[in-house]
Amino acid sequence: MAAPVQARQRPYKPPVLGRGQTFDTVTDKIASVVDRQEQPRGWWIAFTVGFALLNVLLIAVAWLFARGTGIWGVNNPVGWAFAIINFVWWIGIGHAGTLISAILLLLRQDWRTSINRFAEAMTLFAVACAGIFPIIHTGRPWLAYWLLPYPGTMMVWPNFRSPLVWDVFAVSTYATVSALFWFVGLIPDLATLRDRATTPVSARIYGALALGWRGSVRHWHRYETAYLLLAGLSTPLVISVHSVVSFDFAVAVVPGWHATIFPPYFVAGAIYAGFAMVLTIAIPLRRMYDIKDFITAQHLDYMARVMLATGLMVCYGYLTEAFYAFYSANTFEEFMMQNRMFGPYTAIYWLLILCNGISIQTLWFERVRRSPVVLFVVCMFVNVGMWLERFVIVVTSMHRDFMPSSWFMYYPTVWDIATFVGTIGLFLTLLFLFIRFLPMISMFEMRTLVPAAEVKEEH
Amino acid sequence: MMMGFDPEAPAFDLTAIREKLSRTTGRTYWRSLEEVADTPEFRDFLEAEFPAAAESISSGLDRRQFLKLMGASLAMAGLGACTKQPVEKILPYVKQPEELVPGNPLFFATAYPVSGGAAPILVESHMGRPTKIEGNPEHPASLGATSAMTQASVLDLYDPDRSQVVMSAGEIRTWNDFVASVADVVTKLRPSSGRGLRILSPPTVSPTLAAAVGKVLADLPEARWHQWEPLGRESVREGARLAFDRVVEPRYNFADADVIVSLESDFLFDGAGQVRYARDFSARRKVSDTSSSLNRLYVVESAPSVTGSKADHRLALRASEIFGFARALAAELDVNVVEPAGLQNHAKWISAVAKDLLANKGRGLVLAGPSQPADVHALCHAINEKLANAGHTVVYTDPVEQSAPTPKDGLDTLVADMAGGNVWALFVLGGNPAYEAPADLDFVAALGKVPFTVHLAQQQDETSLHTLWHVPATHYLESWSDARAYDGTVTIQQPLIEPLYQGKSALEVVSLIGGTSTGTDYDRVRDYWKAAVSVPDFEEFWRRSVHDGFIAGSQRPALDIAVRSDFLTYLAQLPAVDKDAGELEVVFRGDPTIHDGRFANNGWLQETPKPWTRLTWDNAALISPALAEKRKLSDGDVVELLLGNRKINAPVWTTPGQPEQTVTLHLGYGRTRGGHIATGVGFSAYALRTVRNPWFASGVKMRKTGVHYPLATTQTHHGMEGRELFRTAALTTYQASPNFAQEPDHHGALEGHADGEIPSLFPDWNYEGNSWGMTIDLSACIGCNACLVACQSENNIAIVGKEEVLRGREMHWIRIDRYFEGDLDNPAVYNQPVPCMHCEKAPCEVVCPVNATNHSSEGLNDMTYNRCVGTRYCANNCPYKVRRFNFYLFQDWDTESLKGHRNPDVTVRSRGVMEKCTYCVQRINSARIQSRKQDRPIRDGEVVTACQQACPSDAIVFGNINDETSRIAATKSDSRNYSLLAELGTKPRTTYLAAITNPNPELVADAKSSTHAAEEGGHL
Repeated sequence: MAAPVQARQRPYKPPVLGRGQTFDTVTDKIASVVDRQEQPRGWWIAFTVGFALLNVLLIAVAWLFARGTGIWGVNNPVGWAFAIINFVWWIGIGHAGTLISAILLLLRQDWRTSINRFAEAMTLFAVACAGIFPIIHTGRPWLAYWLLPYPGTMMVWPNFRSPLVWDVFAVSTYATVSALFWFVGLIPDLATLRDRATTPVSARIYGALALGWRGSVRHWHRYETAYLLLAGLSTPLVISVHSVVSFDFAVAVVPGWHATIFPPYFVAGAIYAGFAMVLTIAIPLRRMYDIKDFITAQHLDYMARVMLATGLMVCYGYLTEAFYAFYSANTFEEFMMQNRMFGPYTAIYWLLILCNGISIQTLWFERVRRSPVVLFVVCMFVNVGMWLERFVIVVTSMHRDFMPSSWFMYYPTVWDIATFVGTIGLFLTLLFLFIRFLPMISMFEMRTLVPAAEVKEEH
Repeated sequence: MMMGFDPEAPAFDLTAIREKLSRTTGRTYWRSLEEVADTPEFRDFLEAEFPAAAESISSGLDRRQFLKLMGASLAMAGLGACTKQPVEKILPYVKQPEELVPGNPLFFATAYPVSGGAAPILVESHMGRPTKIEGNPEHPASLGATSAMTQASVLDLYDPDRSQVVMSAGEIRTWNDFVASVADVVTKLRPSSGRGLRILSPPTVSPTLAAAVGKVLADLPEARWHQWEPLGRESVREGARLAFDRVVEPRYNFADADVIVSLESDFLFDGAGQVRYARDFSARRKVSDTSSSLNRLYVVESAPSVTGSKADHRLALRASEIFGFARALAAELDVNVVEPAGLQNHAKWISAVAKDLLANKGRGLVLAGPSQPADVHALCHAINEKLANAGHTVVYTDPVEQSAPTPKDGLDTLVADMAGGNVWALFVLGGNPAYEAPADLDFVAALGKVPFTVHLAQQQDETSLHTLWHVPATHYLESWSDARAYDGTVTIQQPLIEPLYQGKSALEVVSLIGGTSTGTDYDRVRDYWKAAVSVPDFEEFWRRSVHDGFIAGSQRPALDIAVRSDFLTYLAQLPAVDKDAGELEVVFRGDPTIHDGRFANNGWLQETPKPWTRLTWDNAALISPALAEKRKLSDGDVVELLLGNRKINAPVWTTPGQPEQTVTLHLGYGRTRGGHIATGVGFSAYALRTVRNPWFASGVKMRKTGVHYPLATTQTHHGMEGRELFRTAALTTYQASPNFAQEPDHHGALEGHADGEIPSLFPDWNYEGNSWGMTIDLSACIGCNACLVACQSENNIAIVGKEEVLRGREMHWIRIDRYFEGDLDNPAVYNQPVPCMHCEKAPCEVVCPVNATNHSSEGLNDMTYNRCVGTRYCANNCPYKVRRFNFYLFQDWDTESLKGHRNPDVTVRSRGVMEKCTYCVQRINSARIQSRKQDRPIRDGEVVTACQQACPSDAIVFGNINDETSRIAATKSDSRNYSLLAELGTKPRTTYLAAITNPNPELVADAKSSTHAAEEGGHL
């Protein structure tokens, strides 16, 4: 069996698998989560909370469709708020999966192996959560399909100049490719589950999903090629999706949106947010399922380093924004920055700086990076901070733009909040269903990390 | 399973069938052989398949049951007739009425009667439905413009809360019951010559109605007619009586006035002459070149007013100080008065004004508002005579109000008589005294002592609750009448529609009191004029007058009168010092949108942001920033106002420009009965108002209650933040640099581009035919809201309610931005109407993902409602924030009566779509159709937008920029022309002409602004 990733000349790399693991123990450990009927208490708690919140989402969306966008706090100057903030937040979170799967794969970072599966799943679910918002935030969601270019009898096409149309392509492409990538990566493991299945029903289901995988060399050969191709396809998407999302703002004339720094700044922010979310999930999971041998402190350390790097890029973005606002000598830009820092939403801006700028400075210390509890707290800061960042961009720019006569405050309503926490519910529900029914860690790739799999020579 | 017949069953007995059929008489229909055979199998089948029908078939035709059913149906049909169904004619015209082309509106001239003078109007009628009010361009009191209230009055016609039936003591009665009841009462009172019979109405401007009342009074000499209204003009009449010993009407000629001193006169906004006055005044504010001369306006007032916002110099004084000010001014002008003390602070101001007036003898004008006492009015008359202004800038005529009321026929005498048991029958024809009457009169208690009371009103309001009879009144668009405008010109008021709810007019009720229960108002009005005029061909006269909307030559002529000499003596003897203790004063004003409360149920006016405060849906106690600071009050804090032994609770609103020791209260709110919209909104300031102090009172005590009440304003920020949105300059600055408005600003983007445009990569589009554009002259605009309400009426714009205004979701397509600049206590006020800019490079068009907003071939920024999915991206990207989103289903799609008022040429928008100003594209299209039929281009002035049409000050110009001879092209090339936020490169088609002020050089430190707008940020 060929390993998907091989190093040609290996410099020293710290081990990313606990000692004493064999092919069997790896498979058993991971597959048993799916096989066994009993789930740890943590699973039940998380799933119950998630499912309850999912119902909140359903109620909030039903009410939204019944009554109209007015149930939210959006108003005349602030035409976008929670829906778009949440959209950008979720789509940002959805970046880690592809980055880990594709870019780290191409860069032959084998530590990605133990986290890529659930990171990809998380990506999909985050994109699913994100995907809800552009549809429901429209005034007439039943007509949202008009953003798609389809040949209708009206002969009206979408406006290809509009970044929202670009969004449609970017997000749907990303969702499709991520889903494919994830599914292709699952095939060998699905076959394992099929083979281990104890009931005929699960055998049939996993069997069908495994697409007749037998593990033949030919299968592996084609699989490897397909996986690499998909990785190649996904790599530009990591950059493009959030760049396109940032165009929603950058193309507009609104001070605080109209900035050329936005694409790289958004991409860095997305990776930052994504890694924070991967850690937010990984840290409790490795405890809940006792898989510290698979997701080791070394993994946490690596992810924290990525966070630190991207977090610093994001901070650079903040500095640039502030600097150019003053350097431009443009009244509106200057005012926008001043208003962000010292206007009515000043607390949110400084909280953002605290969360995204100050809190990650602790990651310079290895002890912090390797301490699951402290790292978890820092990740929560970053999760909150990244949400606040979008709030600052969307709301504080809109609420006071060119015409002081139209300035107005935005306050969320209970339905804004319900919709937001509702998508967290959707996310948790999907995530824990995934953990229950699919191997959260790639078994076949983990097996390649077992010392016995070490191939001494190149083939 | 269809037929359950056994194939083995015996075949039909065809012989028997033949026999059966031959036996029947008449036509017999049969469906199948089985039926005719009527076999048991068929019966079984029938029973199984149609159990109910089986019986009737089997028993043949049940005549008894048939008759029962028929009888019941007829009875039900009869019951249905008890409620009148709307007439729904679906027949086509066999002969089409002349001039009526389905789909094309017709216009009828009529007048909107208000006290002090009617507003002459043209009413647009679509297939019999009046939908839109427009000014009568031929009439001198309108010249085509209207006020906001006149615009909104059409909505009252369709008000679903209108009273629809005659009521007595809480029960529905018929008109005939009422007729019999009145006849009975009048018969009983006839022997005593009508003693105890009283009529209470607002002062009327209808000659026919006045004559009809006069006839009743002649018939019943002991009966009396009391005329009263809450915002009455008693002081104007009494001032004239003081000065001239007779009641005369001052009529102003602002066209010739170079220096105007207003003592609380809100002549641009309040009163019957406002539309014409605004036109004449604004004509003198427009400058075409540096040689233009401007008038100069000084305003002294105790409450913020529209006129005050237009002043070159405004002095905020307490209401009680204004008489002192007037005397001080008079003293400077050599009128023999004793100069009061206490105005030393303003000595410089007063002497500068006096100098200005003296330098412009015959071209100055000093006038007072109804809120000032008669003495002030009389003093103004004396000053105007002294300065030889009388006869030039002001003329005196007979009163416009027919049978001008005297104080002895006021409300207080009536209430005293009522309370004393001297009134037997009281007819309240219009008005709502139970709500409006001064609090110290206790009108309701007195009403209880009158045995027979009648209230004629459009709504079952507070007064109807306490009267024996309530009669639904007609709307003015439903009845014949006549009315004088502010200058006396008479309009025959013709109806546009049959009364929707069988309402009755005041004229009908008065005729009824006079003993005539038959006849029509049409005949009454016609007969009156037949008798009143002597023309060779009355029919021709009548037709012309009704058609034109006025009786030519009926203007009141100027009287040749002089101030009586003993008045001057009286003036000289007035005490030197006012009893001024510097106490907190309360000032009462009519609400700038809902007036005295009559428009409280009018959603358009409720949601119209009030001048200065931009408040909607509420009144508030307006206090000065200094007072707010001193008492630690912030906007919305509820205070208790105690005046004498009366108190009210009111939320405060900090209003720059308010005199420090004055609290302004607007009347008209706090209705307890009067419709869904009116009830429970705001607080009633009438509760503090007394007979002696109807306009202002000293010694009010203000106490903070600790309660907070949210007030809905459409503008939360009042400074311009150093942005050159509203550009203004003093006349001298303008003369020195006529291009001041177009000079590159300091924003960076335009630096180095003296032509005021930033370069673009895209070439300009070349418009071959029409290229529409608009200019708004900020020099002329007075911020009166007429455009806003006209737009709402024309374009079917929904109201959203207070809750939604609080959330920032008002829908107005044109809004009036109001900025303050300078001194917090007496700032300069800038009003800037902002419709859609129809940018040539529109930011909204690029970002719409579904192409719902596009540029038209004539330069319009069009909105396709049907295509809009509601992403709101366009609104986000609109720098001018003129786009409006339907967050909910704001339109009332269900209320039947409201469907009538909508403009059929404009889509009624639904939930979830964006909307905005269209430049009245429906009007452009109708002009285009006309022009194509006549094979010619659209003429200049043929397309008039709704805002432009309503504008009293003629500030808005619209037309084809490509037409070099057009008015719009001329204004676009004016050196004052500038674009809003030009530095964004949007190339707006709506541009502004910078405002020019004319401050007195002597007072220039106090002046509104000596240079550009907002040098480096306002103080607010």
